[in-house]
Amino acid sequence: MRSRIPIRDVNAADVRLHVNGEEHVVPVQPRVTLLDCLRDHLGMTGTHAGCEHGACGACTVQLDGEAVRACLIYAPMAEGYSITTVEGLQPNLSELHVLQESFWDAHALQCGYCTPGMLVAAAGLLARNADPSQAEIREALSANLCRCTGYVQIVEAVRLAADRLQQRKPAP
Amino acid sequence: MAGQGRFVADIRLPGMLECALVTSPYPRARILEVNREAARALPGVHEVLSGLTLAAQVTPLTHGIEVAGIAWYPLAVDCARYVGEWVAVVVAEDRYVAEDAVELVDVSYEPLTPVVDVEAAMEPDSPIVHEAVGTNVIYRRTFTWNDVDDDFESAPERLSHRVRWGRSSTVPIETFGVVAAYDPGTDLLDIWASIQMPKFSEQIATALRIPHSNVRVHYDVDVGGSYGVKRGLKHAVLVGYLARQLGRPVRLLEDRLENMIGGDAHGPDRIFDIDVAFERDGRVRSLIIRALDDCGAFPGRSVLQLGKPIGAITGPYRIGSVRYEAICVCTNKTGQVAVRGFGQAPTNFALEATMDRVAAATGMDRLEVRRHNYIQSHEFPYRIPSGTEYDSGDYETVHQKLLDRADWPTLVARRDALRAKGMLAGIGFASVLEPSGGNAAFEPLLNPHNDTTTWMESCFVKVDHDGCVTTSIATPTSGQAHETLMATVIGEELGIEPELIRVVHADTLTALPGNTPVASRMAIMMGGAAAGAARQIRDTVIAIGAHDMQVRVDEVEYANGDVVVRGRPDECRTWMQIVAIAHRQYHRMPPGFQPGLQAHFVYQVPKGERLPAADGTVQMYPCYAFEAHLPLVEIDPVTGRVRVREYYVGHDCGTIINPGVVRGMLIGGIAHGIGAALLEEFRYDSEGQPLVGTLLDYPMPTTLDIPDVQIVEHCTPSPLTSHGQKGAGESGYMGAPAAIASAVNDALGPLGLRCERLPIRLTELGERLAAASRSGTLPAPEDLQR
Amino acid sequence: MKAAPFSYARPSSIAEVCELLASADADVRIVAGGQTLIPLMAMRLARPSLLVDINWIPELKGIERGEHQLAIRACTRQASAERDECVARDLPLLLKALRFVGHPPTRARGTIGGSIANADPAAEIGLVAAVLDARVKLTGLVGTQCVSRMVPAREFVEGPMQTVREDFELLEEACFPVWDAGGHVGAGFQEVAVRDGDFALVAAAAQVSMNAEGTCERIAFGVTNAAVTPVCADQATARSLIGTRLTAVDIQAAAHALDDRLNPPNDLHANAAYRRHLVPHLLARALTEARDEAHVEARDDAPEVAGA
Repeated sequence: MRSRIPIRDVNAADVRLHVNGEEHVVPVQPRVTLLDCLRDHLGMTGTHAGCEHGACGACTVQLDGEAVRACLIYAPMAEGYSITTVEGLQPNLSELHVLQESFWDAHALQCGYCTPGMLVAAAGLLARNADPSQAEIREALSANLCRCTGYVQIVEAVRLAADRLQQRKPAP
Repeated sequence: MAGQGRFVADIRLPGMLECALVTSPYPRARILEVNREAARALPGVHEVLSGLTLAAQVTPLTHGIEVAGIAWYPLAVDCARYVGEWVAVVVAEDRYVAEDAVELVDVSYEPLTPVVDVEAAMEPDSPIVHEAVGTNVIYRRTFTWNDVDDDFESAPERLSHRVRWGRSSTVPIETFGVVAAYDPGTDLLDIWASIQMPKFSEQIATALRIPHSNVRVHYDVDVGGSYGVKRGLKHAVLVGYLARQLGRPVRLLEDRLENMIGGDAHGPDRIFDIDVAFERDGRVRSLIIRALDDCGAFPGRSVLQLGKPIGAITGPYRIGSVRYEAICVCTNKTGQVAVRGFGQAPTNFALEATMDRVAAATGMDRLEVRRHNYIQSHEFPYRIPSGTEYDSGDYETVHQKLLDRADWPTLVARRDALRAKGMLAGIGFASVLEPSGGNAAFEPLLNPHNDTTTWMESCFVKVDHDGCVTTSIATPTSGQAHETLMATVIGEELGIEPELIRVVHADTLTALPGNTPVASRMAIMMGGAAAGAARQIRDTVIAIGAHDMQVRVDEVEYANGDVVVRGRPDECRTWMQIVAIAHRQYHRMPPGFQPGLQAHFVYQVPKGERLPAADGTVQMYPCYAFEAHLPLVEIDPVTGRVRVREYYVGHDCGTIINPGVVRGMLIGGIAHGIGAALLEEFRYDSEGQPLVGTLLDYPMPTTLDIPDVQIVEHCTPSPLTSHGQKGAGESGYMGAPAAIASAVNDALGPLGLRCERLPIRLTELGERLAAASRSGTLPAPEDLQR
Repeated sequence: MKAAPFSYARPSSIAEVCELLASADADVRIVAGGQTLIPLMAMRLARPSLLVDINWIPELKGIERGEHQLAIRACTRQASAERDECVARDLPLLLKALRFVGHPPTRARGTIGGSIANADPAAEIGLVAAVLDARVKLTGLVGTQCVSRMVPAREFVEGPMQTVREDFELLEEACFPVWDAGGHVGAGFQEVAVRDGDFALVAAAAQVSMNAEGTCERIAFGVTNAAVTPVCADQATARSLIGTRLTAVDIQAAAHALDDRLNPPNDLHANAAYRRHLVPHLLARALTEARDEAHVEARDDAPEVAGA
């Protein structure tokens, strides 16, 4: 009876991940985190490792639009989701997402290490709340540590992006 | 921002191997044997290296001062001296396998009694961390400037107190990482690192016993924050050695556990004992400061970190005499590294705590005491007792602007309204200096054999055939926007849009001399070097244009790249015409000029020409920025939880080259300072076991902990720099811890309680409030409402 | 910080989970949200040889309204529960508590059942389960059959991270009683943490039901991380408060009702003495919050508890 339950042994085996709209099949051990899988096996180095124990948010990605920490998911566990990383925020190669432009304009990044995580978390927020208050922005980013900026300019950037998105909406 | 950064973790070289460390579980132990067999046998493992093997092949790493008897190697040799010290390294195909192999390395230890408490470490019967030194006190010197004893004798008032600055650090979100690759054909060791460290390539070469020009450090690596701590010398020597041995690129990327304890990146850990002599009106006459620093098992730069604050030992105040005793003591804990401000933030905390005490003793308002003591704007340049001259300042004006911006009376009213609701609430104040421009003067000050005074930064600028400008900088960047700085300065000198200037990073073989972004120096030093090089280009352009029009240089004007005869606007040579002459038409060049259009400038730090005097008077850094902090905090009287509700800061760093960048640094520094004041500490138990090893135990401020910071800027330019700019890289952190402590003490004042130690831990404050409540000194809630 | 090697199983039914748990193999661990287990595995403090991923079982997700109860299936995400209409209407105490559980990304993955099964004394959901006298459903293979038993939450936890769940059992569901017998229900949740979103150093939860006349008809309250298990008011204490208006004096007495049963731990962030001091204050605040939410005006102002 036991044999019909799908079990992967410790060795590398194919994992199917749907990332930024594309299917990828990559052979990894079950213990490889989604974070390491994205970075080391799929070449997407935009998502960063800061602590590998879920305390800093640098590894934030979206699963089905919701911000989660990629260091706390093993690669096989991420099958079946639509995964979005910072590389997937841009509409195309020559255009930045409104959030990315806003971060630039508002000086919301210095070393840039926490920035991908911030962007992904902020994108998740704006997708479900187009008009967030300062408090709501801070709450949505409360799991993302930054050591450079003190957060004020990051919060301003998200608010700026929200305003810009509102302006771009077609009139009813 | 688009995920295209190139951090050390993103570097991919063919055949690259990964490292993981075997670390000591004991704070002090003899290493008896390192059994590597099982680990080496694991498939995917290429090497397991122990300290004995490595020590035979490398020269020990240097410290800030020479201490005979401390042999510092990347891997412990005969003895482990702190929990987490690296004992062996595993090199494998990937980090997963390397960590599996680490568990198979079998080390046998003989545990010894550690010394953990810094004051106990000074006792004659203490265990000695480095037996060959014979004592744990590796540095002790007293400096006396002017007549301290006389001033104390004659002053009407004096008081003594002790404050403690707990062991914290900057803990960037990116850990330290380094890649080494060796090419035997060219005998060149290439290094990519997340680095902020002067003389990095030189020290690697020295340790590996190879010529300096056999090491090339690449500066085009993104660095995920540093604020002082990313020195990585033992990491780099380790991978450099391994790369040469194994013939494959090797990377050491700290995981967070390795980083927090074994990375030797802890900050100052100080006890300050202070005596102050003062007038009844609050004017301070004299200070006696004893600064005792626990530098852990390997001092690193820590002794120098006791010396740098000598350059601002009296803060922004007119104090006539100072005695300063600096003591650096080893214990069996993680080693200390340079942290943002290089000792100035703890010293500022001690100074400001003292000023608040003076205020309390005289019954004066804390802010008025500062006003009585400020150096006045007409007194600059002002020489403090320790010999350093402050370049410029207008502290009184910044102070007043700050109060106006914060609307002082309504701020007080808001504090009182919080108290009326039953909360404890306090307004804090700190006025401090940020020394900037970084010279090396603390090295010869504390290290008589070190007669280094050269401390420089460089810039190379070239204009190509197309008229485009490229500049090359000799330093890595960890978030300080150096590219923006260079482009802005050069663009301004040459009259070109900064966006049109390309900035590249050199490597250590192609770079001109530089010292990397330490000591809040880049705006000053890189700005100065960029201005110097750009001005040479401009002068050359003017000379070429004037010569071609057969007029004298003083008859023309430079107008955004064009050269125009004064008063005759149609007699002109355009930028592109001059570029063509420089690159192609040597027959039109002024005689003796070199072909092409390029310049380099190596800029020595202003006022960096002299060694310290025998009595320890010294010109430390050249430029002194000023900041005044005014936070409002609220404390829950039951839980002791402190929340920073409002934050105002007045900031004067001279000419600001990029306002958005400076604002970001200032707020970032304040956030860091709030963490140091309320949250962050590397704690140890009495047996020397670290209690803090992950980010779960080391809480750093989140978006919910930092309020909206209101900044009021003022500009007192420096007369010493290219554009009047001073530094801002350490701003905010210089004063925030002192200001938060001051605010908490203002809140606790009505209860007769005081905090003398940072960080102010929740559980400790909560218990003190509980005790006050039980003994009746905490007013019942109804009382607080009056 | 890479986990030690493990095999990974993805059962698609509860029966399959039970089969895996009952197998003779060495260390088998269940992963649901992973927010607690995976960091432990990264530090190699947990090293299962087989990881059983229960996130792929539809029957383990969902919230169902039953008679006077809300049954939350174990793998329901904390974020889903936070957004659920039934929870908002029927379990106001759980909703309040969820806002203190980590940060949004934690709740996006963490599960209700995973948190209760983990029995971390610093966790909020387990406290709510104990205070509301929820019951957990444990299911395991006995012979060849899956057998379930219901265990009261108050009996489920035996100590820090220690529960009566056998290694071969799965926590399948948590059933929370709903107070729907009329009356105004109010909830209060108070927590002290080093930073917002961090683990609770101490947390207090309270739920009250007040009638139209403004007196209490039902009450439940308790604290966590102040003893080896959550400490809840017993029946006698609850009875003594029924019929009162929950004035400041009533609340002060209630807040101290648990004092003798406390045995707070010392750890890195908080000492036992600090925790002991906090308990009556947090309980008073939680009870006041609950009462106020139930829209009843007491004669006195919102009280603070004076030193004991």
